[in-house]
Amino acid sequence: MEDERSFSDICGGRLALQRRYYSPFCREFCVSCPRLSLRSLTAVTCTVWLAAYGLFTLCENSMILSAAIFITLLGLLGYLHFVKIDQETLLIIDSLGIQMTSSYASGKENTTFIEMGKVKDIVINEAIYMQKVIYYLCILLKDPLEPHKISQVVPVFQSAKPRLDCLIEVYKSCQEVLTHQKATSTNP
Amino acid sequence: MVLKAFFPTCCTLADSGLLVGRWIPEQSSAVVLAVVHFPFIPIQVKELLAQVQQASRVGLAVLGTWCHHQQEPEESLGHFLEGLGAIFSHEPWLQLCRERGRKFWSCKATHQQGPGVPGVPSKDRVMLIFYDQRKVLLSHLHPPTVLPDCQFGEVTASTEGLAAIFDTVSRSEVLFCKDQFDEGPVRLSHWQSEGVEASILVELAKQASGPVCLLVAYLLSLVSAASACRKANMLVSMLLDVALGLTLLSWLHSSNRIGHLADALIPMADHVAEELQHLLQWLMGAPAGLKMNRALDQVLGRFFLYHIHLWISYIHLMSPFIERILWHVGLSACLGLTVALSILSDILALLTFHIYCFYVYGARLYCLKICGLSSLWRLFRGKKWNVLRQRVDSCSYDLDQLFIGTLLFTILVFLLPTTALYYLVFTLLRLLVVTVQGLIHLLVDLINSLPLYSLGLRLCRPYRLAAGVKFRVLEHEAGRPLRLMMQINPLPYSRVVHTYRMASCGCHPKHSWGSLCRKLFFGELIYPWKQRGDKQD
Repeated sequence: MEDERSFSDICGGRLALQRRYYSPFCREFCVSCPRLSLRSLTAVTCTVWLAAYGLFTLCENSMILSAAIFITLLGLLGYLHFVKIDQETLLIIDSLGIQMTSSYASGKENTTFIEMGKVKDIVINEAIYMQKVIYYLCILLKDPLEPHKISQVVPVFQSAKPRLDCLIEVYKSCQEVLTHQKATSTNP
Repeated sequence: MVLKAFFPTCCTLADSGLLVGRWIPEQSSAVVLAVVHFPFIPIQVKELLAQVQQASRVGLAVLGTWCHHQQEPEESLGHFLEGLGAIFSHEPWLQLCRERGRKFWSCKATHQQGPGVPGVPSKDRVMLIFYDQRKVLLSHLHPPTVLPDCQFGEVTASTEGLAAIFDTVSRSEVLFCKDQFDEGPVRLSHWQSEGVEASILVELAKQASGPVCLLVAYLLSLVSAASACRKANMLVSMLLDVALGLTLLSWLHSSNRIGHLADALIPMADHVAEELQHLLQWLMGAPAGLKMNRALDQVLGRFFLYHIHLWISYIHLMSPFIERILWHVGLSACLGLTVALSILSDILALLTFHIYCFYVYGARLYCLKICGLSSLWRLFRGKKWNVLRQRVDSCSYDLDQLFIGTLLFTILVFLLPTTALYYLVFTLLRLLVVTVQGLIHLLVDLINSLPLYSLGLRLCRPYRLAAGVKFRVLEHEAGRPLRLMMQINPLPYSRVVHTYRMASCGCHPKHSWGSLCRKLFFGELIYPWKQRGDKQD
């Protein structure tokens, strides 16, 4: 079962949330970030090339122009491969674990898998950042030595930064799976 | 809990048979290691499992049946498979079934002793997770945090999460020795049956490399008792070092480079000495518009100039032997690039010895001046340093003591700018030389401690170093069990370097930036080669 809805992120950009229910105990949430806009790309390229042309008229060295082209290309490739995240996915599988994947614009994928035994709970946390109040979804991890303490907080959808309405949808689905998992789990 | 069945991808095409593996009740997972094909004698299967269990200390058992058929299964086959459940009783009994050519599977897990009516088996929800057996066998899982009880050698296989799966597969190597193509009472199917090397040359090379690897491992074990990966790192680093050194050696000895170097060395030393003389002449005049005390200036300037003159004479005395010395030193590069770099650092220290001497003279003078000034300043305020109690006490001085003290204080204060300037100039020169030496040492350290073997392994065989796993949901049909593909998530490069970095020679400086500035201000000598933990002077 698959459905898609559109939400907005904390800065006002449009996000798309895709939900896939493979089975009652396996669900996937995919948040797609806004694409790289042509306007900003053109603006940055023009600025860099104008600056290079200005330097060229000062120094009369044509190496500056080729260096500027080179820098622009490398910078764009580096941005697409290391910075621009296209999609963030959260896959929750009952009694196995939670997997978070970030896909970059160049196709690179970064995956983290957390076993269900380490997960204490999934909550929506509030953070005050300068003048903004931001809500973010995070996974609380158990301390292996003291099961009642929280050892780590892992935030989810860090690049997409969806707003509270999107987070509530994801939270409700995840809680269904987690309560079922806790009810049928053999470990206390 | 959902029952998880870990199934090796190599067995998805195997013929029908029995599933053999390990059942982990804490996680409700069944790790399938191999498929036993028909025909078999149950007693022999049980014997083989007992043998493997004793050798590997992994609790193996027959987990269920595997059915790979053309069309709909015949009734007799179905009854036969169910009958097997009575012979090899296992809780729960897995029944995996697949039609040839179809993608979707059917799984059943039955419990004999259900909570309901006895005798009626109860069903569990089953999830199929495919894994690449060869990769999981060879990979080494790196936990995100090191738990304190990881240090003890684990005798039995662990039951914690994914480490249990990796542990089970790697410990069951004994099971993978024989496969369905070997003669034996039991025919197994596992990753070995996927296909051995097709080339006879590769097989021969593998057979030949066995004793060579054993020899190398034995030699390395004499050197250190570290793990195999660290030994390999050390060996590869050493080999690279020697290779780079030999390259440097061949480059130096070609086209008489040593001769050119020796010819250039003396004029360079002369040039440095001349520059120093110009600097001293500048200091003896009015450097940067400051007015120096003429008498002290002349004394210090002439002292240092004479020192430089002596140094130049010694250099000229040594000039006929330079080329011979350099040639022999160049030979040492065959021991490794790090040796050549260390010798270069030492040669640099020897050639700038006069700068070091000037720094020491300037620092000592300045230090004396600062000591005198602070003591006389205390006298000004009527206080005294109590050496016994290591503190400042008040003291009443006589009039003549005060008078002489004030005179000396005035003299020292007015001579301070001159001494301070000389100290500043020579300290800067000394720090420059120390920085260059430090950079050379950093490079040597980098060559020694970079784990090249681990980085190469991460590049070429990323599944060997695992940070974790990742799952991919395969095509799903309603009513069928969920199928997932488990792949190995390789360790990021930064963690590879951090985990496998070899101990560097500990050339971290003893002082922090604050204590360094303090020492510079008070004129205390700086010894950059002293390590932490060395005895204090």
